[in-house]
Amino acid sequence: MSRRTRREALEFYISVSPWIIGFIIFTAYPIGFSLFLSFHEWNLLESWQYVGLSNYITMFTEDGLFRQSLKVTAIYTGASVPLGICVALILAALLNRPSIRGLSVFRTIFYLPSVTSGVAVAILWMWIFNPDFGIINYFLKLLGINGPPWLASEEWVLPALIIMSLWGIGGSMIIFLAGLQGVPQELYESAELDGATGWHKFRYITIPLITPVILFNLITGVIGSFQTFTQAYIMTNGGPNNASLFYILNLYNQSFRNMRMGYGCALAWVLFLVILICSLVLLWTSNKWVYYEGGILK
Amino acid sequence: MKLTESRHINSILIDILVYIILGLGSFFMLLPLLWMVSSSLKDMGSIFIFPPKWIPNPIQWYNYIAIWQEAPFLGYIENTAIITGICILGDVLSASIVAFGFARLKAPGSNMLFILVLSTMMIPYYVTIIPRYIMFKSWGWIDTFLPLTVPAFFGYPFFIFLLRQFFMTIPRELDDAARIDGCGSFGIYWKVIMPLSRTALLTVGIFSFMENWNDFMAPLIFLNSPEKYTIALGLNFFRGFHAAHWHYLMAASTVALLPCLALFFFAQRYFIQGIVTTGLKG
Repeated sequence: MSRRTRREALEFYISVSPWIIGFIIFTAYPIGFSLFLSFHEWNLLESWQYVGLSNYITMFTEDGLFRQSLKVTAIYTGASVPLGICVALILAALLNRPSIRGLSVFRTIFYLPSVTSGVAVAILWMWIFNPDFGIINYFLKLLGINGPPWLASEEWVLPALIIMSLWGIGGSMIIFLAGLQGVPQELYESAELDGATGWHKFRYITIPLITPVILFNLITGVIGSFQTFTQAYIMTNGGPNNASLFYILNLYNQSFRNMRMGYGCALAWVLFLVILICSLVLLWTSNKWVYYEGGILK
Repeated sequence: MKLTESRHINSILIDILVYIILGLGSFFMLLPLLWMVSSSLKDMGSIFIFPPKWIPNPIQWYNYIAIWQEAPFLGYIENTAIITGICILGDVLSASIVAFGFARLKAPGSNMLFILVLSTMMIPYYVTIIPRYIMFKSWGWIDTFLPLTVPAFFGYPFFIFLLRQFFMTIPRELDDAARIDGCGSFGIYWKVIMPLSRTALLTVGIFSFMENWNDFMAPLIFLNSPEKYTIALGLNFFRGFHAAHWHYLMAASTVALLPCLALFFFAQRYFIQGIVTTGLKG
C-alpha cells in the first residue's frame, strides 16, 4: 500500500515537472534576478553597478515620467474597468430576459471583437479616430457635434482609448451571462409572489448572487488594464505630450530604448507590487460585498 | 383582467426598448469591422472623402494584391504560423500532462503546489520580461523563435487550471477499468483522459492560437531581423512606410485578423466554453 502511494507521488511529481521546471526558469528566477537588478545600474554593455535603493528613490522623487505613467494607467484603469463591467453586466442582463429572441446571434456579435486584438486592431482604431475622415467624428457630425481630434489631443486621448476598450467587453459579458443563467429560477418566482418588480429582482436577487463574478471580472480587468501596451505603442507612442504614456510603455522605453535595465526592473517591481496590492484590496473588501452561496448575507 | 393586460403591454414595451439597446450595442461592435473591410476596398481618392461612403466605388480589390508586393506579408504569416503552431503543440501537451497530475494523482504537497500554480496566474508577464531578455541573450536565443516557443512547453497556468477542471469531471471508474486492463498512470493519461477531453483540448488550442497569433510585445523584444518578423511586427513595420495609405493598412489589418475571425466562426462554442469555465470556477 505504501509502495503504491509512494509510486503515485513519484508519478505526480513527474507529471507536474514541466510546470515546476518552467516556474523556476521562466518565473521564479527572472523575478528574483529582476529584484537583484533593480538595485543596480546596467546598460547591458558594461558590468552592473550596485546603486542601492537609488532606482526606487529616483522613481518617486525625480522621475516625472514615472509619475505621469502611473497617473495615466490609473485613470485609464479606474475608468475603463468599472465602465466595462457595468456595460457587460447590463448587456448580459438584457440578453438573459426570457422573452428576448436571438440570444446566440447577439452573443456572437458582442463577442466577435474580442477575438481580434493587437496591432491590427490598434491600426483600425487609429483610422476610426481619425479627426477628419474617421467614423466617430462622422457620427458626431450627424448629431451636429464637431468631434475632437481624439488621439492628437491631450484631453481626448484617454477617453478615446477608454471607448476603444469597450469594444472588448465580450469576454466578461459571456462570463456574466453564464453567471446569470446559474441564478436559481425559484428565487425569482418566490420574489414575484411577493410582488417584486423587474428592477427589484435585479437589484436584490441578481446582483448579490453574481457578486463573485463581478469580483472575478474586476480583478482580471485591473490586472489586464495595468498591462496595456500595444495600443499605446502603436496608436500614440505615449503622446501627445505623454498624455497616454502607459506604465508598460514607459517601462519598455526605459529598459529597451534607453537601455536602463536596472531601472526597468525597479519599475517592473513597483508595478508588480501595485497590482498585488490592488488585487489584495479587492479580495479583502470582497467579504463586505461579495455574496457566497451558503452563508446568508454575511 | 385589465391589470394583466396593461402588464402585458408594459413588458412588450420593455422588450422593444431592450431590442433597441441590443441593436445599438451590436452596431457599435460590428461597425469597426465593417468600416475596416469597406476602407480596405477603396482607392486613394475615395478613402479621403467626407462624409465617408460605406460602399466603395470603385471596389478596389487590387489593394489585396498590392500589400503582398509592398511588404513580405507571406513571410510574416509563415513565421507567425510556425511560432503559433509550435506554441499550440507545447501548450496542449505540457498543460494536459500537468493538469492530469493535479486532477488524478495524489502526493504530499500537491494542493500547495496547485495554489502556487493559481497564484502565478496573477504575476504580470511584463515583470519578468527584462530578466528573460537578459537570460535569452546570454543563451544566444535573441532573434530566434526560441524565446517565443520554448516557454510554451512548460505548462501555462491558465491552461493547466482549465484542463484540470475538465479532467475532474471525467468519471474515475474509467481510470479503474483501464488499470485493470494493465494501464499505468501515464497510459490512463494518454489512452483515457486525452481522447475524452477533445473539446477542452481544442479550447486550449484555440486560446493558445489567439494569444500567440496577435502577440506583439514579446516578438518586438525578442526578434530583430525583418525576415523573422511575425504578422504583428510586420504590420507595425508596414505602417511606417504607408502611414497615410489607410486603404493598404486596412487591407493588411483585415488579412491579419481574418484567421482569428474565421476560427471564431467555426469554433464558437469552444471559445465560449473556455471563457465560462475560467470565469465561473475561478
